[in-house]
Amino acid sequence: MTPLQHYLVLSGALFSVGAWGVLARRSIIMVVMCLELMFNAVNIALVAFSNYANAGAGRGEVFVFFVLAIAAAEVAVGLAIGIAMYRLREKLDVDELDEMRG
Amino acid sequence: MKAAVLLIPLLPLASFIITGFFGRRYFKDKSHYLSVASVAISWILSMYVFIQVERGQTLSWQLYTWIAAGKFHVDIGFLVDELTAIMLLVVSTVGLMVHIYSIGYMHGDKGYYRFFAYINLFMFSMFMLVLANNYLLLYVFWEAVGLCSYLLIAFWFPKLSASNAGMKAFLVNRVGDFGFSLGIMLIFVTLGTLDYSSVFAAAGTIGGGMVTAICLLLFTGAVGKSAQFPLHVWLPDAMEGPTPVSSLIHAATMVNAGVYMVARSSPLFAHSHTAMLVVAAIGTFTAIFAAIIALVQNDIKKVLAYSTISQLGYMFMALGVGAWTAAMFHLLAHGFFKGLLFLCSGSVIHALGGEQDMRKMGGLRKKIKITYWTFFIGALALSGFPGLSGFFSKDAILSGAFSGGYWYFWIVALITVFLTAFYSFRLIFMTFHSEPRMDAKVFAHVHESPPVMTAPLIVLSVPTVVAGLFLGIPPESGHIDHFLHRVFAAAIVTPEHQFGFLSGSLMAISAVVGIGGILLAWHFYLRCPFLPAATCKRAGRLYTLALNKFYVDEIYFAVFINPLRRFSRWLWRIVDAGVIDGAVNGAGWLALGAGRLLRPIQTGKVQGYLFAMFLGLLALMVVYIILTL
Repeated sequence: MTPLQHYLVLSGALFSVGAWGVLARRSIIMVVMCLELMFNAVNIALVAFSNYANAGAGRGEVFVFFVLAIAAAEVAVGLAIGIAMYRLREKLDVDELDEMRG
Repeated sequence: MKAAVLLIPLLPLASFIITGFFGRRYFKDKSHYLSVASVAISWILSMYVFIQVERGQTLSWQLYTWIAAGKFHVDIGFLVDELTAIMLLVVSTVGLMVHIYSIGYMHGDKGYYRFFAYINLFMFSMFMLVLANNYLLLYVFWEAVGLCSYLLIAFWFPKLSASNAGMKAFLVNRVGDFGFSLGIMLIFVTLGTLDYSSVFAAAGTIGGGMVTAICLLLFTGAVGKSAQFPLHVWLPDAMEGPTPVSSLIHAATMVNAGVYMVARSSPLFAHSHTAMLVVAAIGTFTAIFAAIIALVQNDIKKVLAYSTISQLGYMFMALGVGAWTAAMFHLLAHGFFKGLLFLCSGSVIHALGGEQDMRKMGGLRKKIKITYWTFFIGALALSGFPGLSGFFSKDAILSGAFSGGYWYFWIVALITVFLTAFYSFRLIFMTFHSEPRMDAKVFAHVHESPPVMTAPLIVLSVPTVVAGLFLGIPPESGHIDHFLHRVFAAAIVTPEHQFGFLSGSLMAISAVVGIGGILLAWHFYLRCPFLPAATCKRAGRLYTLALNKFYVDEIYFAVFINPLRRFSRWLWRIVDAGVIDGAVNGAGWLALGAGRLLRPIQTGKVQGYLFAMFLGLLALMVVYIILTL
C-alpha cells in the first residue's frame, strides 16, 4: 500500500502549483483553472486521509463530492464574471479590476 | 370669613383663566366685564374681611398640606391679621380703581384682553402674597407678582425698549430674590419650619449672628422687589409699561411687598439690631438719592418712579428705626396717593396723545380740570402738606426716627421732605401751569379723559385726603397705631409715648419744610422761570450727575454686564467654538486621518489580498507548529 506521505506530497505539490498560479497569473481564466488545481489537491488529501483513517471511513469521499459540486458552481460563476468582464473591457487581466482601490 | 378669604384671590384667578383663554376669540373689547366684576367682588369681600379684623376677628387657616417630605412641611394656608387687612385694603382698592381706569386707558389696544388677563393674574398673586401664612408660599407669590410685573412692563413688547425694560426688571429682581430664597432656606435650616407663627415664636432662640444673616438675606429680597439702592435700577425703566400698570404694580402694591415682608418679619428683625440699622441706612440713603434724581428728570413718569423709590426708602427707614406702624401707615397712604398720581399722569399723557416729556407740556390746568385737581391733591399729599394723608404718615416716620434716637436719619429724611415737595410741585407747575410749550395743534386737541378714567381719580383722592385724618389723629396713638399694635407688639422697641410738645414741634418742622419746598418750586418755576436753567448751570457737575441718575446703570454695565459679556464671548469663541467644537471636529479628523493612513492597503488587486491571506495562513501555521513543539 502506498504510504500516506506520498499522497500528501502530491497533494501539497499540486496545491502549491495552484496557489502560485492564483497569485501570479494575470488572466482570469488561468486564475480560475489554478483554483481548480487547488481544489483537486485538497480532494486528493481528503481521499487519502479517508482511506487511512479507521473510524469514520468514507466521510472524506463525501466531502470530495461536495467540493466537486461547489467547484463546478464556482467555475460557472467565475467564467461568467470573466465573460462579463471581457464584454466590458475587452481584457481579462485581474489587475484591471481595481475599482475597490482605496 | 373663611369663604370670603378664599374667594378674594380665587375670583381674579378664575377671571384670569377665562379671559386669558377665551378673551382673544370671544370677549375682545368686552374683556373687562369679567375682570372688573371679579375684582369688584374681591374688593367687597376685602372690605368685609377688613371690618371683621377691625372687630378683632383674625384667621389662621391651614387649607391644604402642600409639601410633606420628612421634616419639611409646608401648608397652603391663610393668615389674616391686622397687617394682612391693611394690605388687602390697599391692594383691592387701588386694584379695583386701576381696573376701572384701564377700561378707558387701554381702550382700543390690540392686547386689550391680554392686559386684563395679566392684571387679574397679578391681583390673584398679590392677594395670595399678603394672605400667605408661611414663607414658602409668600415666596411663590412673590415670584408670581414679579412675573406679572415682567409681563406687563413688556406689555408692548414689539417696542424694543419695553421688552428690554421687562427683562431688566426680571433680572434685577433675580438678584434680590436669590438672597430672599437663601434667607428662607436659612430659616428652615435653623428652625425647621417656615410657618410664620412657629418661626416668630422661635425667633428669640436663633441667636445673634444667625438672625442677622437671616434678616439681611430677607432684606435683600425686599431691596430687589421694593427697588431700593442698589437694586433700584429696574423701577424707572419699568415705566415702559402701560400707565395703569405703573400705578398698580410699580407704585401702590407690588413694590410694597418688600415693606410688607419686612414688616411681617418684624419679630425676626427685632432680634437683630445690625439688620435693623442696615435696613434704616439703605432706606434713608435711597430716599434722598432717588429724590435728588427726581429733581431733574423731565419724563413725567420717571419723576413719579423716582419719587416712588424715594418714598419706599422712607418706609424702610421707618422699619429700620422700629417705627413699624409708621411704615405701614405710609405704605397705606402712599399706595393711595401714588396710585392716584400715576393714574393722573396717565390721564395727562392720554390728553396729550402719548407725550411724556414735561418740557413739552404746560398750561393744561384749564383744559383738564379734574385731572389737575386730583393731581394737585396727590402732589400735596406727597409733599406732606398738613392735613393730608401723606403728612400724617410721613410725620409718623420722622418722629419715629427722631424719638428712636436716629437724629442723623431724621435730618436726611427732613431734607428729603423738602426735595419731595420741590419736585412734586415742579411736576405740577411744569405740567399744568405756565405757558403751553407743545404745538398749538396738540394743545387744541387736549381733552379731559372719559368719566371711566376720571372717576377712579376722584375716588382715590378721597382716601388721599381723609386717610390721615381718620387713622393718624392723634399722631403716634391714632387709630392705625391701635389697630396694628397687636401685630408689632413683639417688635416695638421704642417706648410708647403720648403726643406732646416734642412731637408737636417735630410735626411743625416737617410741615414748614414741606411747604418751603412747595414755595421754592413756585418761586423757581412760576415767578422766575429763568432760575432753573441758571441753577442747573451753576450746579454743573452735580446736575449732570443727577440727570444721568448718578450713572448707576453705566456702573453696572462697566462692572457686571460688560465683563460678563466679554466672558461669555470668550466662552463662545474659545471654549465653545475652540474646545468643544474642536473635540467634536477632532474626532472626525481622527477618523479621516486614520482612513487616509490605512488607505494604501486597499490596492484593489485581488491577488494582492490573496497573497496576504496566504502569508497570514503561513504565519498561523508557523505559530501552531511552534506552540505544539
